[in-house]
Amino acid sequence: MKQSKKTPIALIVLLLAASLIVPNVGGEQLEVQIATRTDLFPIPNIILPSQGFATVMLALMLAMTALSVYLTFVRNKKTPLIAVIAFSFGLIMAVLAWLFSGATMTFTTLLAGSLALAVPLIFGSLSGALSERVGIINIAIEGQLLAGAFTSALVASVTDSVLLGILAAMIAGALVASILAVFSIKYLVDQIITGVVINVLIIGLTSFLFSTLLADNISLLNQPPRFERISIPLLGQIPVIGPVLFNQTLIVYLMYLAVAGVFLALFKTRWGLRLRSVGEYPKASDTVGINVFRTRYMSVMIGGALAGLGGSFFTLGQVGAFGKEMTNGAGYIALAALIFGRWNPVYAAMAALLFGFALNLQYALQIVGSPLPSEFLLMLPYVLTVVAVAGLVGKVKGPAAAGKPYVKS
Amino acid sequence: MKQQNLIREIFSGNAVIPIFAVVASFLFGGILIAFANEEVQEASGYFFSRPGDTISAVLNSVVGAYDALFRGSIFNYQASTAQGMIKPLTETLAFATPITLAGLGLAVSFRSGLFNIGAQGQIIFGAMFAGYVGLSFELPFLIHMPMAVLAGLLGGALWGGLVGLLKATTGANEVVVTIMFNYVALLLLTYLLKTPVFQAPNQVNPISSPVAESSRLPGILGDGFRLHFGLIIMLAMVVAVWWLMHRSSIGFQFRALGYNPSAARTAGINIPLTYILVMAVSGGLAGMAGASQVLGADRQLTVGISATFGFDAITVALLGRNNPFGVLAAGLLFGGLRSGAVLMQANQGVPVDIVLVVQSTIVLFIAAPPLVRSLFRLPKPKAVQA
Repeated sequence: MKQSKKTPIALIVLLLAASLIVPNVGGEQLEVQIATRTDLFPIPNIILPSQGFATVMLALMLAMTALSVYLTFVRNKKTPLIAVIAFSFGLIMAVLAWLFSGATMTFTTLLAGSLALAVPLIFGSLSGALSERVGIINIAIEGQLLAGAFTSALVASVTDSVLLGILAAMIAGALVASILAVFSIKYLVDQIITGVVINVLIIGLTSFLFSTLLADNISLLNQPPRFERISIPLLGQIPVIGPVLFNQTLIVYLMYLAVAGVFLALFKTRWGLRLRSVGEYPKASDTVGINVFRTRYMSVMIGGALAGLGGSFFTLGQVGAFGKEMTNGAGYIALAALIFGRWNPVYAAMAALLFGFALNLQYALQIVGSPLPSEFLLMLPYVLTVVAVAGLVGKVKGPAAAGKPYVKS
Repeated sequence: MKQQNLIREIFSGNAVIPIFAVVASFLFGGILIAFANEEVQEASGYFFSRPGDTISAVLNSVVGAYDALFRGSIFNYQASTAQGMIKPLTETLAFATPITLAGLGLAVSFRSGLFNIGAQGQIIFGAMFAGYVGLSFELPFLIHMPMAVLAGLLGGALWGGLVGLLKATTGANEVVVTIMFNYVALLLLTYLLKTPVFQAPNQVNPISSPVAESSRLPGILGDGFRLHFGLIIMLAMVVAVWWLMHRSSIGFQFRALGYNPSAARTAGINIPLTYILVMAVSGGLAGMAGASQVLGADRQLTVGISATFGFDAITVALLGRNNPFGVLAAGLLFGGLRSGAVLMQANQGVPVDIVLVVQSTIVLFIAAPPLVRSLFRLPKPKAVQA
């Protein structure tokens, strides 16, 4: 069988694009600030010659492209994932050198902010993973996030408790998911339509309630307490890793648990095996005695609860109050991360981190004044996802039974 | 393969379902309106001592809101002038124009088994192309206006056709690609509105100059009304789409693809080419909606040029059961909701967002006939499915 030529071709195209950028890297040097205030010991700023650094990265990309071309055309073998990752690393670094040349890149702060911004995307993609792995396409992530954001703001304001706020957010997310589940499992309505319509419904409902209830009683109903930053002793003081991973808010730590939990549950437990079998071939699962409907309801609703929890990031974490349509398409980026991460919670989380990085980069670039318009950075998740579903980088294939209602005969 | 099942599903419900779905959704909207009404909240505080107060407050709030909705969308019997009385109806038609055009596009793709969620992006591309022609040339009206409309058609067709091309060549799922393309289109428009390509000179805001007089869609009833020639284009397109889908051989191929792709392939239909054509036609119709907005309604390019018409179009196509005349009826209904909601907000303090709620519940109810039947205790239909 002939190897698909898509990967080497994609790499060549990207390499050509990068080689257009690299000669344009202006400025003498690139200053990278790694230290933050909480470090155990001081770290000096790293100063790199920007042109030279970018050229080295271009060489790395060239090497990976050559490897891919050799493997595909001469040896007729697949390009290993690690080569694609190394290529991407080189590309990102070269672009960063171009963007930040002549200025200081606060590397650690940039990463920490990216992780925070990725939180709702990661929770959303977990919801998508739980739902799609069991065979229900979940376009309604946006609605689940928004419902979580609204409810957590309302309940946390009234009770003055962050914990009750996120609990309510989880219930709200699960309720939205239950609409998806009922319509797609019981009434056999197309799942894509249901998802799109649920998003419109939740945007309408939350905006309506915001205008009629919340807007008049801001201090009572829309002034929730915020997540506090919790620094984990010792771990939080390690340079780079500490500030990025262990000096974050409660919801970030919950996110670590959720990613690990969903991954283990899906791939290492009997429950997960059954769940995935329902998503691949429900008839066979039914034959061996698995309750297809119950498995689907459960999984979709657990996913909804997680997305609702992620939605609380917007109100209790980021903004501190609910605003109309404040999720602003994050649910669709989460969906993108899910697909880009090939329906695997861990890969999806990594994709979400990449997208969070792109979101955060535009803020950083506004400060240093960059040659790249922010719109193109914001476009990145969407374009990458189209590239992924077009199969230009590896093969992307979802669960076999996703989108198909199961009718017991 | 899942899609043709769905489409059969949508078609197999009986004719009363849409009516009951609309009624149920208005009831649901009424509950929300009453719930959010301040007088109702006050009266319900002493519900058990004087329940009559609560009931009359509920009736007042709901009747007041829906009366305003009627006056804002169909006939304003309270207006002092004849013009004021019929103005709401013309507003409804003005809102219905882009929604129906884009809805027709989606109906074509849904009928052909392709799930185009990307009307929003295709409207934006149409608006950009039409806007570019409208802004950059000085030509006689009879050349300029049609050229700008056709540019809109082309813009939407290219953006939609690209999705078809990706599906045909790489097998990329059109749902995912169109969702992503909506955002790409919006970000591209936002970027271009900050560059000299579109941004008006001496402007800080992302907004273009007005399009040239000669490229505009002329008004129909004079300056007092927003109604413009786009309405005529829309009505012509209803008939054109009906002809295309039901009388032409291309339309036959489209529908064959929608019913059964394998059979269509066996019958010798070029499936990849049909994917591209379906998406191009679908996107082209949405592109015309964009042209109608930029050349007729707004007369300049803004970030909000597509409003939520692309999403409304999805619900309109479904409500209209992917039939061109059904789409027209649904477009008029949703145009009326949009137009009436403006007065409802101004007069009764009911936020326009209620329209989104009513609109989405209508579609959910329509898509699930058993739910509507159980709500209204309608009899089950005889088994008609083969």
